[in-house]
Amino acid sequence: MNVLVILIPVSLILGALGLVGFLWTVRSDQYDDDKGNAARILLDDD
Amino acid sequence: MTSACPACDVGPAASAVAAGPALQFSLPTIHCAACIGKIERGLSDVIGVQAVRVNLSLKRLSVTGPADPDRILSAIADLGYEAYPLDMGALNKARDDQGRGLLTRMAVAGFAMMNVMLLSIAVWSGAEDSTRDMFHMISAAISLPVVAYAGQPFFFNAWAALRVGKLNMDVPISLAILLAAGMSLYETFNSGEHAYFDAALSLTFFLLIGRYMDHRTRSAARSAAKELTALEVHTAERMRDGKVQTIRAADLIVGDAVLVPAGARVPVDGTLESETALLDRSILTGETAAVTAETGMALQAGEINLSAPFRMRATAVGEDTSLRRMAAMVETAENARNSYTALADRAAAIYAPAVHLLALAAFLVWLAISGDVRYSLNIAIAVLIITCPCALGLAVPAVSTAAISRLFSHGFLVKHATALERLAEVDQIVFDKTGTLTQPSVILPDTLGADDRTVIKALAQASHHPMSKAIVATLRDTAAAELHGITEVSGDGITAQLGEQTVRLGRGAWLDADFAGLGFRRGEAVAVRLDASETLRPGVKDALAGMNLPSEIMTGDADEPAQRLGDELGLPVTAQARPADKQRRLAQLAAQGHHVLMIGDGLNDTAALAAAHASIAPATALEASRSAADVVVLKESFAELPLVLVVARATRLLSKQNFAIAAVYNMIAVPIALAGYATPLAAALAMSASSITVLLNAQRMRWMS
Repeated sequence: MNVLVILIPVSLILGALGLVGFLWTVRSDQYDDDKGNAARILLDDD
Repeated sequence: MTSACPACDVGPAASAVAAGPALQFSLPTIHCAACIGKIERGLSDVIGVQAVRVNLSLKRLSVTGPADPDRILSAIADLGYEAYPLDMGALNKARDDQGRGLLTRMAVAGFAMMNVMLLSIAVWSGAEDSTRDMFHMISAAISLPVVAYAGQPFFFNAWAALRVGKLNMDVPISLAILLAAGMSLYETFNSGEHAYFDAALSLTFFLLIGRYMDHRTRSAARSAAKELTALEVHTAERMRDGKVQTIRAADLIVGDAVLVPAGARVPVDGTLESETALLDRSILTGETAAVTAETGMALQAGEINLSAPFRMRATAVGEDTSLRRMAAMVETAENARNSYTALADRAAAIYAPAVHLLALAAFLVWLAISGDVRYSLNIAIAVLIITCPCALGLAVPAVSTAAISRLFSHGFLVKHATALERLAEVDQIVFDKTGTLTQPSVILPDTLGADDRTVIKALAQASHHPMSKAIVATLRDTAAAELHGITEVSGDGITAQLGEQTVRLGRGAWLDADFAGLGFRRGEAVAVRLDASETLRPGVKDALAGMNLPSEIMTGDADEPAQRLGDELGLPVTAQARPADKQRRLAQLAAQGHHVLMIGDGLNDTAALAAAHASIAPATALEASRSAADVVVLKESFAELPLVLVVARATRLLSKQNFAIAAVYNMIAVPIALAGYATPLAAALAMSASSITVLLNAQRMRWMS
């Protein structure tokens, strides 16, 4: 059971990394045009 | 980003320096990747354009650089899209802070939920004693701050309702979240077996999804409505001491001399000082024919100047204008609409007290049976959690989000929160004629050659004058000729060079012709007369066939043109109807038990639009009419109008189904909770399963027809 001392912090840190990443996407306006971004992948000129 | 200047992409600082003020345009007809590519590529070649960015979600285009807006508009028109310039002053550029806040809270709740769920799995799979307590402790350390932060939108709403002595959906939600967290904390410190931290968090998470969806569609509708406002100019040209100043129409005072440019709206009530003027009164009265006014005659705010610029003297401004008096009528009529209770509120009104009473009854009965306060309280809280307010909280927003975005992608803007529910009940339609079923157009003589038509279109495209717009609409299928040196001679017309020839489109007198109205002259040839008329809006017949409801036309226009249209469409017509007549007819129909849909655009329809059970206005309508309408049709064609009713009925059906699904889950889960067999695992399963079923069911909206 001692392994929990490592595993629980590790799981929390990994989750927190994901959260920080998500907050970054929110702050850099990546959800302002979801349909446009989905469509842009089909454009080959930029 | 497609950029005409490579340096602009280097960094935000570089583009901020290079960019002029951004120009914004509304593009109601774009729908796919090809449109984005075509427009961004097409516009990057326009002189002065530095960067082009299309936002497909908002159907909006922003262009930076010192480019000429008219040139951009004609470039977009050549690419085959409708575009409307937006007034940046009226667009609120503030960021969507509320949406961002909800998204952040949702992310935090989701993160915490997943971690706590992970810890809970250990507990569910049999962790005991001190291990279980430790897992509960860690869960508590994660959950409590997150609940306090992410639950705020619900707590504030619930408090706002409780303070005025009302119950809304947020009251049981807040209570469930707070009690679940509080009880779990107590259990944790007393080495209890069950803790509901994961339930408190997943409740918060799922409900924030619903809240965010709700907010997202509403803000899309709001910003589009704001765009429509930005389409209208609220300035006036005041003449003082021989100089013309552009000021806000609201700043005009009685006695001011005002210059009304060709093609502009009369800003205030007044009397004409110039010799004659030709006015389009259709938006006020529904009359199609242009009206001639002479010196000293009264003008009303909202009329459009079809002739050369004229001078007028203001006699009534601000609240006293006939325009404002009409708006006051609207406000009275709208009060009736605001009293309509939304389906979700009706459900909450039944649900909230029922759940609270059920939980209280569970507590009292178990207290009587077992005499154990802690155990009875546990069961009561399990009942509160398991009754799944999350499925109920998602039931309507999930459906209306899907419905509103489906309508938006077809060019319909849903403005009112309960609009879809009211539209679903519609069983009778009243149409306005001028500007709604018909559009201004210009009769081009049959003798006019195809070559001349292309030239006329090219000239008309260069102007914002209502007659020019009508010509462009009439010549929709004609290509525009290549012209050079296009100049608009204010008040007279447009002139350009076609090779060696001078071509002109404008007033008869300016063309040296023997008529006063609009004409076209090529080189030294005889001027051709172009008469104003009206044509049926595209798609009206399809719309009437598709909706298949008893309909009628009420118009302020004269008998003859009204009857002609009525015969063409096969609908009963009432001509020369004044605004009060329209309102009376709506009241009469409502008294017979009909739910009437009013479709109109003019100021004379505004009161009727507000008084009807539901209402639709085209984007070309006046601001007052658009704000009174529930749905605004952004496209020119009415062909897809039946879709509004189809989607509205589908929304009602799916919302009811979702409530039924939530009810079925409750019918299974509540007896288990009442009997005292509900575990945190059961609560988590019931909550997730019902929320996901409801969300998936709402997605059926995409295919419903």
